[in-house]
Amino acid sequence: MKSAVLVFPGINRERDMARALRLASGKDAAMVWHAETSLPEGTDLVVVPGGFSYGDYLRCGAIAARAPVMDAVRDFAAKGGLVLGVCNGFQILCESGLLPGVLMRNARLKFVCRDVHMRVERSDTPFTRGYNAGQVIRVPVAHGEGNYEADDETLKRLEGEGRVLYRYCSPEGVVDEASNVNGAANSIAGIVNERGNVLGMMPHPENHVEEIMGCTDGRGLFAGLAQHLEKAA
Amino acid sequence: MKARVTVTLKSGILDPQGKAIEGALKSLGVDGVASVRQGKVFDIEMAGADKAKAEAALKAAADKLLANTVIENYRVELL
Repeated sequence: MKSAVLVFPGINRERDMARALRLASGKDAAMVWHAETSLPEGTDLVVVPGGFSYGDYLRCGAIAARAPVMDAVRDFAAKGGLVLGVCNGFQILCESGLLPGVLMRNARLKFVCRDVHMRVERSDTPFTRGYNAGQVIRVPVAHGEGNYEADDETLKRLEGEGRVLYRYCSPEGVVDEASNVNGAANSIAGIVNERGNVLGMMPHPENHVEEIMGCTDGRGLFAGLAQHLEKAA
Repeated sequence: MKARVTVTLKSGILDPQGKAIEGALKSLGVDGVASVRQGKVFDIEMAGADKAKAEAALKAAADKLLANTVIENYRVELL
């Protein structure tokens, strides 16, 4: 696994992300500055980390989505390369057109910073193969704009094509209003694009990968990616 | 040439910020407020005097960056 972590001004989770990637693959991720126009040779995973790129000016992720490096990411994704966006990274992927829909203000208007539970909807994707379908994992969220919304047609397609990979749920795995931390449509926590090679998710799996963090439920995502890419290599 | 681009949320899109402002206006006792929708205004100074060209450029600016057309409408005005 040769991963590249994008770095935009105002991003603050890039080191956590790099640490989680190193833990899973044993290799250092390349840190790629937003002004670059290409990705390092041989990159097989691009990660857009969380934070507050450009201070969330205009709309969350709007400015970063138009940064020079994103053209290279679009090319990479068009060729089938794996792209993972977490939190602000999810917002950036939506703003860049790589994923449909938009992340609106949390329905209860509050920034939410706490652990949530997510149900892994399927296990036959590079982003979920480290888990079992239906498995419930605990991961932290920290966002004010994570309320995923899209028009009815798009939601129907996402559901029909099995592109919702992660969904907010209760600790027992029940998807209900009480566990929908930000009011997202259909309790959506993470979706993939049509081709299945670009994932965006609001929760932070990279913050639950080591014993000292109190939980290691996020490991499966990175371990799955590493496995997938080693097999492909 | 002065121009203004106004970006507003499409109807039907939930606007919790507008709702909060609406609540505050009502609690201030401002009469007759039925509902509030929050938007954005961009005042842009354009170089050159060609109005058609400026308008086309501003539309491109709105489509590419100023508005997220999934959830927002925009209006371009040359002042």
